[in-house]
Amino acid sequence: MPEPVILVDNLVKRYGSTVAVDGIGFAVERGVTAALLGGNGAGKTTTLSILLGLLLPSSGAVRVFGEDVLRHRYRVLPRMNFSSPYVDLPHRLTVRQNLQIYARLYGLTRRAERIERLARDLQIDKLLDRPAGKLSSGQKTRVAIAKALLNEPELLLLDEPTASLDPDTGDWVRAYLEDYRALTGATILLASHNMAEVERLCSQVMMMKQGQIVDRGSPGELIDRYGRTNLEEVFLHIARDKRMLEPVS
Amino acid sequence: MNRGSVPRRAMRRFGEARFSPARVWAMLLRYLYILRSSWPRTLELLYWPTLQMLIWGFMSQFLAQNSSYIAQAFGVLLAAVMLWDLLFRSQLGLSISFLEEMWSRNLGQLFVTPLRPYEWLISLLAMSVIRVAIGILPAMLLAIPLYHYSIFELGLPLVAFVVVLMAMGWALGLAICGAILRHGMGAESLAWTVIFAIAPLSCVYYPVTTLPGWLQPVAWALPSTYVFEGMRAVLFEQAFRTDYFLAALGLDLVYLAVGATIFFIAFRDARHRGALLQMGE
Repeated sequence: MPEPVILVDNLVKRYGSTVAVDGIGFAVERGVTAALLGGNGAGKTTTLSILLGLLLPSSGAVRVFGEDVLRHRYRVLPRMNFSSPYVDLPHRLTVRQNLQIYARLYGLTRRAERIERLARDLQIDKLLDRPAGKLSSGQKTRVAIAKALLNEPELLLLDEPTASLDPDTGDWVRAYLEDYRALTGATILLASHNMAEVERLCSQVMMMKQGQIVDRGSPGELIDRYGRTNLEEVFLHIARDKRMLEPVS
Repeated sequence: MNRGSVPRRAMRRFGEARFSPARVWAMLLRYLYILRSSWPRTLELLYWPTLQMLIWGFMSQFLAQNSSYIAQAFGVLLAAVMLWDLLFRSQLGLSISFLEEMWSRNLGQLFVTPLRPYEWLISLLAMSVIRVAIGILPAMLLAIPLYHYSIFELGLPLVAFVVVLMAMGWALGLAICGAILRHGMGAESLAWTVIFAIAPLSCVYYPVTTLPGWLQPVAWALPSTYVFEGMRAVLFEQAFRTDYFLAALGLDLVYLAVGATIFFIAFRDARHRGALLQMGE
């Protein structure tokens, strides 16, 4: 059986007395789109940051492509990428300049060609020579996705990929990500509290609450398990449950 | 959707390489784009050093007729002000490029790429050299037609002074960047203020012997003090003090080691606190 692309074991992150991630473990297989689903402060972004090596955990193990991320992050970083609406690109540089710099950081050789192709695919070709700071939210999201796909990552980590987008743009981004995964066989892990998005894109969902994974399964399995009609109702059931749910190991 | 043509094997090797000049160049290019994108900022680089040179040039012309100290060596104040500005610009050049990343909340984007912190640091140092050259060289050249004074007449000792002051500026810049990484943008003003705290002790315009006896050992602990004393030795005695130069270089190495240690500890601490994703204005 092939090794999972992501393997997290007993991961803990504490900030002083606050436990942001509390002993979670999960695996994501190659070619799967998975989601960390939970409310604000559930530990989703913290988990993504640890996977990227931006944040060091208090304890636990994280393996990506079979490599220990805490020890060998530079072996895996060229094969993955990340996008978040909360991390910006320098406003005064044009979109093209920003993308060129990231292409160089990833060591791409045919940079101009790659940028032109992504720009066509993501319909940002008319924005390439505009300063990044002059773009609308929707345009910024497309540019951020272009940046995240520059190195054609085998693993794409997305933090709330459609936050603050209008429904039309949000739908376009979701369709694009579906196509990308289908064409490249990439693995996608997204953190979100957009239930419709997760239901549409993901075959594997980890429900997070207070730093723990309290349930997991496919969207259909979760809906059936809780006797609900959609994932949003499952989320509300879990979020409003007064009793602390037993974490799922 | 078209698939890209990214050579995976080559890219993995690139990612694993311990040091990549290409990544350093990418970061340098980024700062050059930023600099080029705003001509008022470029103009500002020239503005202060030139203004300082003008004020001290006129002051020197006046004092040359009324002070035996200046009359002995007309350029002593002009050379001092230009070398002092070089130290300040060297520190500021590094800190400003660092702050550009903070202002654009961009550390999270950068450090999910294969970019190493030390590669980033090298690009910051290179940018400091470029900013110093843009800021100081025009002022140095302008002094020649205006006051018939060329700092380049200092000859090879000028190279020694520049090396020592640039290195000291980098060391201070590294420590300041470390403090900003640790304490956030609340510490931003350190980039503009720290250097002025050491100005009186560096004895830019007066000999060390002017200071009270108990303060002189503190002054001699700064590499910049050796430069300004050495500069006066060249101008008044036409002698290059090798002992001063070597002492300053030794101190620079200590300062650079301390500055780099502070920076890298702060960087690692930022990874513990999750600050790389959150840090910014």
